[in-house]
Amino acid sequence: MATNTNSIVLRCENLHRYLGEGEGRVHVLRGVSFEARRGQVTAIVGPSGCGKSTLLYLLGLLDQPNDGSIWISEQLMSNSSDLDRTAARCEHIGFVFQFHFLMQEFSALDNVMMPMRKLGRLDEGQMADRARMLLGEVGLGDKTHRLATQLSGGEQQRVAVARALANQPSIILADEPTGNLDVKNSALVFDLLTKLAKENGQAVVLVTHNPDIAERCDETKPMRDGEFVRK
Amino acid sequence: MLMSLAGIIFGIGFFIVTQAQTSGFEQFFIRTILGTNGAIRIEDKFQDTIFAMAAAGHNADASKFEVAADRSARKYIEGVEDPERITDALHKFRNVSGVSTVVEGSVIADSSFKNDSAKVYGINLADHLAVSDLAAQIVRGAGSLEDFRSSPQGLLIGRVLADRLQLGPGDSVLLQAGTEQRRYRVSALYETGVSDIDRVRIFMHLGEARSLLKKTSGASFIQVALFDRDRAPMDALQMESVLRHGAKSWQEREKSWLEAFRALQISAAITVSTIILISGLGMFNTLAMIVIEKTKEIAILRSMGYTRSDIARIFIWLGAIVLFFGTIGGWALGAGVTYGVSMVKLPIRGIFRTDTFQVYWSIWHYVVATISAAVVVMTAAIIPARRAARLEPGDIIRGTSQ
Repeated sequence: MATNTNSIVLRCENLHRYLGEGEGRVHVLRGVSFEARRGQVTAIVGPSGCGKSTLLYLLGLLDQPNDGSIWISEQLMSNSSDLDRTAARCEHIGFVFQFHFLMQEFSALDNVMMPMRKLGRLDEGQMADRARMLLGEVGLGDKTHRLATQLSGGEQQRVAVARALANQPSIILADEPTGNLDVKNSALVFDLLTKLAKENGQAVVLVTHNPDIAERCDETKPMRDGEFVRK
Repeated sequence: MLMSLAGIIFGIGFFIVTQAQTSGFEQFFIRTILGTNGAIRIEDKFQDTIFAMAAAGHNADASKFEVAADRSARKYIEGVEDPERITDALHKFRNVSGVSTVVEGSVIADSSFKNDSAKVYGINLADHLAVSDLAAQIVRGAGSLEDFRSSPQGLLIGRVLADRLQLGPGDSVLLQAGTEQRRYRVSALYETGVSDIDRVRIFMHLGEARSLLKKTSGASFIQVALFDRDRAPMDALQMESVLRHGAKSWQEREKSWLEAFRALQISAAITVSTIILISGLGMFNTLAMIVIEKTKEIAILRSMGYTRSDIARIFIWLGAIVLFFGTIGGWALGAGVTYGVSMVKLPIRGIFRTDTFQVYWSIWHYVVATISAAVVVMTAAIIPARRAARLEPGDIIRGTSQ
């Protein structure tokens, strides 16, 4: 495992997050600190409601902490503007969610090209080529023009993996990526995610309830009541 | 969304059609009044009273007298005392295209069938043709202007009056003014479509009218035609100031009718705009529903790096697309229906004469309809767009995952 600080692409310190208002206000994250390195797959595990997903959304800049700091590629992002956080998501972060969340009206190819269109680094032809290549790597090279609705659940989740990798992000955040799939498809999606991420030197942080998946990760971080605990 | 698009198309289309119709009749009415009574009528000389001079803000020095600013303070001497001098002065106005001296008087017209009261208008034909549409108003097959021109005893009689007296071209009619009685011959019948004119007005040669009415000098009024009819109020004011005679523009003379047309136009515009408004509300509802239905997709786009502005732009584009196709469709519908309506047979007599629906083609009807639709549609799009842009992706994805 690499320990070089240059390989740290995502870091957070002393994150606190409260959810709800008034009497229903809950202290979901209680001073969490965390690092993710290139080429490393980290699993965050724990019971429902322990704060795993909340942490993941904070790390993915989809939410803002009440306290604490988040750095992405050594750049402090926790207090940055919405525009800066959005730009960072576009350039540095790829998401895979429990539900594939594909745009149903668009083809697999279009879905994979969407993040690339926003980033705007490639022209239309290059984007299409890269999307085809990624769909080929997840085993859907012959289904690029199918609408999302014409794909099975496993296939849709593989398109979501390809979409997460579209902009070559340094960080892949996956929230129960196999939670909605059968055993065979779970293994397939996990293998794809880790293989491609390792090949491209990306840090993968995934939240899972699946002990088999957690077992196969480079590092497992158990969580309870908003804090990391020792295994 | 298709229903909203259809609503915008119908709204714009009907807006254009109703404006084309109301403007069409208004423009036709204006053409009629210009073709009968001219753009400006000069009549009645100002009386130089001390009161009028004081009202004008001058002292008793009559040589410095101009025009009383307050018209109610003026006193008039009936008629135009020196029409030749006034005519010469009028020709010096750049906007004046024609001047016609008219001597007017009441008569009793007596045909072999019955008699009726009428008004004689003594004119110089060439001059009067330059300030009216009299040539075009001669009813086909009912005599000719040439006959009138070559016949000193010839008359041009309004069709309604001719019908009452059962007169036709070539018939003779006895006109009585005071104690004077003379027999004339009907040269032609005319029809302006304005019933108040067609049932009383008889045109005869100016010299003959002076003789019959015993008005050897002066004129009852002078009818003026202009190159630019819209400048009539300003020209009339200037003429009053220079000529020291009352001058009324067509806008002042026909103020009540023009206001009625304007009210009709505004009323039609408001009524039809409700279609656009209702379509806009429909579109607002549809877009608001889309925002609710697509929160998940909005959150995913935000997670990919699409900004709040990008999200808002999607909904504004939706509105713009509806507006674009609605405008194109509305213009086509409006133009098509306007053309179709212009072909509809509709005989109208009374304030003008027409046998078909009158329409007026103006680019401004299309522009105003488009602006109205743009305001409604873009307002309907911007509100849901702002709502969509405000959505927090973390909250939505967290909610979906649980």
